[in-house]
Amino acid sequence: MIYLLLFWEFFKTGLFAVGGGLATLPFLYEMGARTGWFTAAQVADMLAVSESTPGPIGINMAVYTGYTSAGVLGSVCALVGIVTPSIVIIILVAAALKAFRDNKYVNGAFYGIRPASTGLIAAAGVTVAMGALLDLDAWTGWDRFWTVLDWKALLLAAVIFAVSKMCKKLHPAFLILIGAVAGAVFRFAGA
Amino acid sequence: MKIYWQLFVSFFRMGAITFGGGYAMLPLLQREIVEGRGWCTDAELTDYFAIGQCTPGIIAVNTATFIGYKQKGVPGALVATYSLVLPSFLIIGLIAALLRNFADYALVKNAFAGIRVAVTVLILNAVIKLLRSSVTDRVTACIFVAVAVLAYVLDVSPVLFVLATAALGIALRVGKEAKGK
Repeated sequence: MIYLLLFWEFFKTGLFAVGGGLATLPFLYEMGARTGWFTAAQVADMLAVSESTPGPIGINMAVYTGYTSAGVLGSVCALVGIVTPSIVIIILVAAALKAFRDNKYVNGAFYGIRPASTGLIAAAGVTVAMGALLDLDAWTGWDRFWTVLDWKALLLAAVIFAVSKMCKKLHPAFLILIGAVAGAVFRFAGA
Repeated sequence: MKIYWQLFVSFFRMGAITFGGGYAMLPLLQREIVEGRGWCTDAELTDYFAIGQCTPGIIAVNTATFIGYKQKGVPGALVATYSLVLPSFLIIGLIAALLRNFADYALVKNAFAGIRVAVTVLILNAVIKLLRSSVTDRVTACIFVAVAVLAYVLDVSPVLFVLATAALGIALRVGKEAKGK
């Protein structure tokens, strides 16, 4: 019964992959190798699609691998499997937080956690920025460090930043659209 | 019933326009949930992200569950979470069925390189906003800088940073109170 197995495999992935969508990757490689539902090369292809379509990457990967393994019903089973542990755990945490909202230890913990959480997001942002604004393959040494700067991308970033500051009411989706159109027109990936 | 419809619309929309994972959803959450609906504050959003990073599962999903639960308990959590993942299901299903080599098209590659630039700017703006609610004094400023640098340089789990700063926060806050008495 592949549907039940898919649910169970993705349930385990959702339960043990801590730290976001990309943390599910090692689980997927292992699952493919063990069950024969998909190959490592297919995982790489599916990751490329998952990263270039909307939606959380981990969810896209679950839907795609589920579909590859057993069609539409397979993708439903994989999807429900991967989100179920999250839903149960977060509901328990949220209920506990509600009960202990005024506890001084909980408040103290969040006093320390909030700036740390922002720091983690900033660090992830730097990684995203390196990939988007630099061309690391062009690196030739510190004496010519500017060769890695992707001027087209930096200019686009400056334009989008200026637009976001000038029209604060603009929905972020429009900024994403500007990025997509500029990238397609000016061939940002060189493809 | 109206609240369920609003949860559905907001989270479906975010699922359809988030490119590049949980962090990229943050600016959209600020716009839709904090500024648009007023369902939570920037400070609460940072809490959800911190918890989402140390609990199992996908951060974007965990955050959706949190916000849905806060609005309408367990049914709200289910509506928010499944609305968020529904666009993925539809879009990936279509691509898997019709466009097997979707990621190889030149148009897709170029457009996505441009989207990444936009997402970089969106995350920068989101961090600036979060700093206002999370960095309130000298201690929290030091924690922010230390975690940002260490998380970038070291390859360790975010769970460690969250647990360490939680302990630090308790020691500083509760310790201070004890001294004050």
